Amino acid sequence: MALRQTPSQTVGPYFAYGLTPRQYGYDLASIADGTMARADTGGERIRVEGRVFDGAGAVVGDAMIELWQADSLGRYAHPADPRGSNAGFTGFGRFGTGTDPQQRFVFDTIKPGRVSAGEAPYLNVIVFMRGLLAHVYTRLYFDDEAAANAADPVLSGVPAERRDTLVARRETTQTGIVYRFDIRMQGDRETVFFDV
Amino acid sequence: MTETYGARDWSSQPPLIHPDYKSTLLRGPTKKPLPLKQSLSEVTGPVHGAECVTGHDADLTRNGRRNGEPLGERIVVGGRVLGDDGRPVPNALIEIWQSNAAGRYVHGADQHDAPLDPNFFGGGRCVTDADGRYAFRTIKPGAYPWPNHHNGWRPAHIHFSLFGPSFATRLVTQIYFPGDPLLALDPIFLGVPADCRDLLVAKFSIDRTEPAFALGYDFDFVLRGRHATPMES
Repeated sequence: MALRQTPSQTVGPYFAYGLTPRQYGYDLASIADGTMARADTGGERIRVEGRVFDGAGAVVGDAMIELWQADSLGRYAHPADPRGSNAGFTGFGRFGTGTDPQQRFVFDTIKPGRVSAGEAPYLNVIVFMRGLLAHVYTRLYFDDEAAANAADPVLSGVPAERRDTLVARRETTQTGIVYRFDIRMQGDRETVFFDV
Repeated sequence: MTETYGARDWSSQPPLIHPDYKSTLLRGPTKKPLPLKQSLSEVTGPVHGAECVTGHDADLTRNGRRNGEPLGERIVVGGRVLGDDGRPVPNALIEIWQSNAAGRYVHGADQHDAPLDPNFFGGGRCVTDADGRYAFRTIKPGAYPWPNHHNGWRPAHIHFSLFGPSFATRLVTQIYFPGDPLLALDPIFLGVPADCRDLLVAKFSIDRTEPAFALGYDFDFVLRGRHATPMES
């Protein structure tokens, strides 16, 4: 390896007008936000929402969450996925926790399909915030996929007592299907993060 | 065979808990991240092309103007985005945000008692060309105080967010300026291992300097590079 990788630094408290300007009301177009599914996107409509908690149990109001996901048939909108993808669905979302009254992240998307036969469906998640010197990766699995989750090579490799931290809870609400997924940076139920 | 990306080199990265930077104490994970073999999910990532960049997005001396020029020292920051294998990374989306020359952010939560500049926004973006090159015109940001410790001041810096070709190559960082006396006192900068701190300091360049207009600074970014190892499927 000839070159050293550029060190990460924290996203800091003031990312909103650069990275999530539309969500926060700044006068700059956004490359992505929490609305990932478009009118023509195929698949089951879901909302993914949750909060980020620090080691003292306080809700983090200046975190930014990024999602990367496959379409409803398990295909990524990227040249490395030769299957092509759901037209118009980029699979990328980004949301800051500073605009919701409860400091939630909220994504309106579709439930992804399995990327390969042996895997359960999941969302790829990156967490950024002030006080986090390098971003961390995690995954969101779905609690209504118990059989697939049990066979998933990544989830089943996580110590059994920590797997719950990666599984979102499905609820049917008046406005549709919601998966609730909280991220805990520390503590007894610290979310499992991955060295991707 | 699909290419994967080399491991994140934690020896060049700051620790997730760095006590001198107090916010890390409750926000940095305490457990070691679990290893994850790369699959299609990690070697793919959002695709951003030139359509993400419009107008003066890469020229912060222009994209916030209302009734005149922004105040401060005009600079050009540019260079290349490379993989750690030395190969250029084309079509990489770069987003930046920064304070104005007085050390004040446009962000509504910034309460620092320094003036906003009506002609400076401080956010912008660009996409690297076929050789991995990028450049921004902007105003040199100012230092500003922060509440981490008594008389704490952040050195002048520009926040950078880069995607590269995959979710695995994501990078968010800050770049600094040479000769800044605050670097020796900044817990965020000093969180980086000593032998890698220079990697975050831009270099003055008379070649990049635009005559009679703006001083030039060079900064190359190094993301995780491609490695032709079999992908877990």
